[in-house]
Amino acid sequence: MQESKWRILIRPLIDDNPLTLQILGICSALAVTTSLDTALLMSFVVVCVLALGSGSVSLIRNHLPHSVRIIVQITIIASLVIVVDQVLQAYAFELSKRLSVFVGLIITNCIVLGRAEGYAMHNGFVASVLDGIGNGLGYSLILILVGAIREFFGKGSLLNVQILVPTSQGGAFEPLHLMLLPPSAFFIIGGIIWYIRRKRPQQVEKPEFTLRQLRQESE
Amino acid sequence: MNALLELLLRSVFLDNLALSFFLGMCTFLAVSKRVDTAFGVGLAVMFVLTVTVPVNNLIYIWLLAPGALDWAGLGDLDLSFLRLIAFIGVIAAMVQVLEMTLEFHVPKLHRAMGIFLPLITVNCAILGGSLFMVERSYSFTESVVFGFGSGLGWALAIVMFAAIRERLKYADIPDGLQGLGMNFIIAGIMSLGFLAFAGMG
Repeated sequence: MQESKWRILIRPLIDDNPLTLQILGICSALAVTTSLDTALLMSFVVVCVLALGSGSVSLIRNHLPHSVRIIVQITIIASLVIVVDQVLQAYAFELSKRLSVFVGLIITNCIVLGRAEGYAMHNGFVASVLDGIGNGLGYSLILILVGAIREFFGKGSLLNVQILVPTSQGGAFEPLHLMLLPPSAFFIIGGIIWYIRRKRPQQVEKPEFTLRQLRQESE
Repeated sequence: MNALLELLLRSVFLDNLALSFFLGMCTFLAVSKRVDTAFGVGLAVMFVLTVTVPVNNLIYIWLLAPGALDWAGLGDLDLSFLRLIAFIGVIAAMVQVLEMTLEFHVPKLHRAMGIFLPLITVNCAILGGSLFMVERSYSFTESVVFGFGSGLGWALAIVMFAAIRERLKYADIPDGLQGLGMNFIIAGIMSLGFLAFAGMG
């Protein structure tokens, strides 16, 4: 049952993506994606926290009493997030202001706790770190995709570099303001999920009820 | 009084935690298959938010904010970097206390929202409520109103969402959209609806 290291790293990208399949960490994914730079920063932060968090939980997993494990995991994650938050405020103040409460909310981002509890508690250090990085990258993939789409169609720019000239400045591009509003994030992720499941039909959920084939029965 | 009422309406509709800030989405999407379970979770979230936001507000104002320890002669101490760990601790402890009190005194209510209470510790809507309280520097009264209002808004959103999902069980949805994909689209449309309240302000 030993998976190769490469598989551990690669699997969460598409086949077992935390956002589109495991339903983990959706909150922050939607809120920070109005532009590409915040999405990139958030991805980077989450990958770091995930890798370090999973690694440290895995290191102490054999010394941890079962009953207090959740508290210990949350404390580890919260300490990591505080460090990240302080570093961001020191070196990237503008961006950290725009991320507002969402850096703090990484603590309750279910990906981090979910991977610590579901994977790092039963696996070795190296595998846990790789799993953390892999899941972080899977999360980043969707985040960056959504961020790029929203910024490109909402403002006509990528990473604050204007690519299409908007009509207000004499160009031919009319910015889609809907893309900067919350609902568009839901629609785009819904679309991405649809696309992935078209390509990977084994991810499709079974409907609870199916329509009966009326015509065939009456014949 | 008017300002408080405005804050209440604002936190229920306009700044809805679930649909405009995407907080508590994991729970929102995962436990909304049926209206009665959704109602239980909504009730629990409302309860916990109403209690934890004011408590965290007191802790922040009296212990953690820059210069808050003036009363102890430690005026130049800034402990605000500890707020994340303090808030999550308060939330975990509060949830535990609430669960035990409810089980002892109101077993009926406990049965209605029992299994959802522990889940709520890691619900981002709860921590998010406290963090927004700090960011917007609410006073104690405002934080009570804000906690209750945003909890009510979240509960409203999840119950409505569950109701739509119950109806859609019998719909013929394309394969790839079945389940999660469809839920995102519905949540998007609902969030569009809530955006319309922005015109009220």
